[in-house]
Amino acid sequence: MTRETTVNLLITLLLLGLPLVAAGMGEPFYVTLATRVVVLALAAVGLNLALGLGGLLSFGHAAFFGLGGYVAGILATHAFNAEPLFAGIPGTTSMPLIWLAAVVVAGLVALPIGAISLRTTGVYFIMITLAFAQMIYYFAISWPAYGGEDGLSIYVRNAFPGINTAQPLPYFLICFAVLMAALLLFRLVEGSRFGSALQAARQNGVRLAAVGIPPFQIRLVAFTLSAMITGLAGALYADLNRFVGPSMLSWHMSGELMVLIILGGKGRLFGPVAGAMIFVCLEYVLGGITERWQFFLGLILLGIVLFARGGLLGLLSGKPRHV
Amino acid sequence: MFTALLIEQLLNGLQLGVMLFLMAAGLTLIFGVMGLINLAHGSLYMIGAFACAAVAAATGSFWLGLVASLAAAAGVGALIEVAVIRRLYDRDHLDQVLATFALILILSEGARWLFGSFPLYLDIPKQLQGAVPLPGGGQYQLYRLAIIAVGIAVAIGLYLLISRTRLGMRIRAGESDREMIAALGVDISTLYTVVFALGAALAGLAGALVGALQSVQVGMGEPVLILAFVVIVIGGIGSIKGALVGAVIVGVVDTMGRFLLPSLLALTMPAAQATTIGAALASMLIYVVMALILAFRPSGLFATRS
Repeated sequence: MTRETTVNLLITLLLLGLPLVAAGMGEPFYVTLATRVVVLALAAVGLNLALGLGGLLSFGHAAFFGLGGYVAGILATHAFNAEPLFAGIPGTTSMPLIWLAAVVVAGLVALPIGAISLRTTGVYFIMITLAFAQMIYYFAISWPAYGGEDGLSIYVRNAFPGINTAQPLPYFLICFAVLMAALLLFRLVEGSRFGSALQAARQNGVRLAAVGIPPFQIRLVAFTLSAMITGLAGALYADLNRFVGPSMLSWHMSGELMVLIILGGKGRLFGPVAGAMIFVCLEYVLGGITERWQFFLGLILLGIVLFARGGLLGLLSGKPRHV
Repeated sequence: MFTALLIEQLLNGLQLGVMLFLMAAGLTLIFGVMGLINLAHGSLYMIGAFACAAVAAATGSFWLGLVASLAAAAGVGALIEVAVIRRLYDRDHLDQVLATFALILILSEGARWLFGSFPLYLDIPKQLQGAVPLPGGGQYQLYRLAIIAVGIAVAIGLYLLISRTRLGMRIRAGESDREMIAALGVDISTLYTVVFALGAALAGLAGALVGALQSVQVGMGEPVLILAFVVIVIGGIGSIKGALVGAVIVGVVDTMGRFLLPSLLALTMPAAQATTIGAALASMLIYVVMALILAFRPSGLFATRS
């Protein structure tokens, strides 16, 4: 067992164990906090696929996160009001169906955005993904049908067959299971032929093309897959807060997702999980001490970017094997 | 009447474009010379607006406020460059994005700490109050015309600075080969600080000028920052000429879209529906234009580097 595997195992146990203890002690708040960690980690696992493995610095993943959230909100609202969505299709409150819809919508939107953005590289790519996300953000704000600037409330948390999702602990366990599945998928992708091609595209696209694999297609598939995972996280996040609003689509959210990855360790399996744990803890602890927590969060982030490269996993388990 | 409205909206678009140019010129200069993406550029815009509003409120003079905004933005810019940005030049773009993102958090919260959460207000100076008659009837605010004039003056000034002066020569040399210019004995780190402070001062000027049209508040720089990104992506990153053309395109397209789209849609659908759909589409229009331009010219209209 390598040191990184041990650290990963410890993180998993910590993340699963603490909410169980908190629930046992009758502290549902901490279970909800842990659910927030899990859902943000899931969103960042999605981004990590594009950013860590593929080297695609997407500054617009909030778009997919928010879209997932809006899919959950819109479907639940239509089901709640018993209005058909369009062409007689009803809304739904079933989580598996909502997840499927969120993943499909995120993928369908990511495909054209990726196809245009991936024609560019470097700073252009960062700014174009940002601009597309802003486009969707402004659309959500100016489109009044689903709350516009005020967002959309989900009155009753959506249902999962056989599980009472209204309780914090069962909902945490659902999210945790989804996160584990996503991490497994990440590991499988990383080790697959596709994953090797993707990492080769990050290291040297020209050489990859020279051996007969077009980098553009590889990157587009990775970008889309990454958006789909982040979209799924968005649907879970909307259900966690029972609310979805334009703030989920804002560029601050995109920045936060990148921050999670950097805090934990870029391109590493558990990087986003470790990052989400640190970020939510910092937010909670600093928020408890001072109203100006963003100021100190900024200072800490700045310190980490400038002086502690490699994130928490870099600190705990040394250099990654192939980077 | 329609012609007057059209001219008015065109001028509004031009004013927005000129203001975006002030932001985008600094961003593109900093990227072109130092290879740095500066997300905190919007915060410098905010600092300019706050400095102007605070000094104008204390002294009663908009012009002193304007001087203060230039000084504050350039000063904070130089400080940030020396303390933080300098360490980022040889890092990858991801580190630059994150470090400047952290700077935004610090500067925004810092401004809220100093000035409180309530917006400040800045009056248009007496000399520039009033309106000018437009051809075809209607009137136009003198102050907005003055902003357009300032923008044109800055564009000419920047052109002269970069093409005619010793500093401009060094900036151009720094753009093409930073090691060679350092080997020739130019103090490159001071040059970088000067360029960064110059960009910051332009952003601060934009903030102060716009502060008199809107309220001055924390977070005012962020929408402008993202529009400025669109501008430099359209124009070609690193090109000042591109920034000017891109800024005018974005300003005019955005304003005219908001003005014309609802009335165009009203020809084919009920008026209430046309207003909402038109407004939603208009808010997306510049991004569509950007996507179209990039589909044909992936590195912008006036790309300087491949």
